[in-house]
Amino acid sequence: MVSSTTGFSSYFHFSQVDWASMWSATGETIWMTVFSLVLVAIIGILLGLLLFETTDSHSLWARLLHWLAAVFVNVFRSIPFIILIVLLLPITKNLVGTIIGPKAALPSLIISAAPFYARMVELAFHEIDHGVIEAAESMGATNTQIIFKVLLPESSPALVSGITVTGISLIGYTAMAGVIGAGGLGNLAYLDGFQASNNTITLVATIVILIIVFIFQTIGDLTVRRIDKRITR
Amino acid sequence: MIDIKGVSKVFKGKKQITAVEDVNLQINDGEIYGIVGYSGAGKSTLVRMFNGLETPTTGTVTINDTVMSDLHGKELREKRQKMGMIFQYFNLLWSRTVLQNVTFPLELTHVPKEERQAKAEKLIETVGLKGRENAYPSELSGGQQQRVAIARALANDPELLLSDEATSGLDPKTTDEVLELLLKINRELNITIVVITHEMHVIRKICDRMAVMDAGRVVEEGSVFDIFRHPQKEITRQFVSEEETPQLTDTNVVINELLKQVPTGKIVKLTFHGDQAKLPIISEMLRQFPEIDLNIVDGSIHQTQEGSIGTLYLQLLGNAQEIIDAQDYLHKMRVETEVIRGE
Repeated sequence: MVSSTTGFSSYFHFSQVDWASMWSATGETIWMTVFSLVLVAIIGILLGLLLFETTDSHSLWARLLHWLAAVFVNVFRSIPFIILIVLLLPITKNLVGTIIGPKAALPSLIISAAPFYARMVELAFHEIDHGVIEAAESMGATNTQIIFKVLLPESSPALVSGITVTGISLIGYTAMAGVIGAGGLGNLAYLDGFQASNNTITLVATIVILIIVFIFQTIGDLTVRRIDKRITR
Repeated sequence: MIDIKGVSKVFKGKKQITAVEDVNLQINDGEIYGIVGYSGAGKSTLVRMFNGLETPTTGTVTINDTVMSDLHGKELREKRQKMGMIFQYFNLLWSRTVLQNVTFPLELTHVPKEERQAKAEKLIETVGLKGRENAYPSELSGGQQQRVAIARALANDPELLLSDEATSGLDPKTTDEVLELLLKINRELNITIVVITHEMHVIRKICDRMAVMDAGRVVEEGSVFDIFRHPQKEITRQFVSEEETPQLTDTNVVINELLKQVPTGKIVKLTFHGDQAKLPIISEMLRQFPEIDLNIVDGSIHQTQEGSIGTLYLQLLGNAQEIIDAQDYLHKMRVETEVIRGE
């Protein structure tokens, strides 16, 4: 079998693709993304809520808490992902028992994406008209009632579009994590594509990632459109 | 009853701002009380102290024997549930339907679902929005949104309704409709209403008593009728005159035009109060002083809660002595006469 490793035609040797490992890598990518996204959403909303509730507070404790949360968010949002993985290797080993495979990617994926989402959550809460919160207060709502009956439902379109954006960058992160052994399509493209000089595998892995991104974006957009009642359609 | 004693509010910041200064007011049960003032006069801050959204720096706000600043946490929330508030920008939850917006305060007080549904439906009917229960606020006009807000404010059977510039964002026709609704609520449910506004029209239309605020202080207070009839302070006069002669510029144009055409003749402004507005005073005057010719330049009648106030601009021509006697007659009939232009 004649096969070149350079030139345009090198992208189209589909017979060389091991489809079984392609689909299992796809499964790993989706699993890493969805699993970490669920935790990112929970941690991000809690962290965003903490940032929002402690903004402009008069209590010293609240100010300290706000400062701590803000420092945490800013630091972990600023560290480049590839460095964060390496930095967190010892902690990862303690937490999940291994530094190889999809599971090992989770701590660094979550720690890098949750602060990113927390900022979006905080922003979404700030965009709610303050008068609406005040109206709830004037009706005698408790803080918990305001969170669950005003803040979360009123910011839901922004929360969902934020999770869409975060999910898409998580897909990118999983690919990066794959290069240092986390599995998934990034791993496949790097090992079987780049290192084995098999451009077709790299191309197919790219297309599969693109399809996952498009599906994510579409689900996010449709959900936002369904829950956003601010504009009449 | 609402009793405001020596209330001041100072906002400390980079610059210290005294928003409300030594305000004393008493508002009786079942009345509609208006607080008028230009923006920044401190009226919104004052009304926010009624339901504890702000706390006074000094002084006390007592509502039905409860001192608001003594309340905290649960007690304050329970007291707030007995007060409704409506706002300039309605402050509805856009993610909820009309029905869900009205059930919102009932959810806060853990009213069972069936009960709050039934109650909300009844209130929606009261405010005239039957059939729009499942619409979202974004599908409603401003006036309809304010009606939803009113229904929401009434959900917990409040003893007091606070209205903070509730009609300022509405056009004149819608404003009148919302005011009619407030009047109806006051009469049918006997709820005390405190109205904050910068429009004298709102006060005249629905209020029994009123206060005028300027730079944080209450500068004038009393029954709407008395204040319209005899405004004491300059700022009150400004408010009253804005309202009394909404077409003032038109009138001046008409007067100037008339003076140009008929250089002779006296222009007088007559003000009628209450029952006088119903008497045929002018025709009686013409009968007594047949040498006078008169020309109506402009006129209007306003309805207030306590009666009507009428203004009439007349051009008087003819025998000078009779005109003077006629003015005396009007004076005797307790019609206020102001000479705009002598002969």
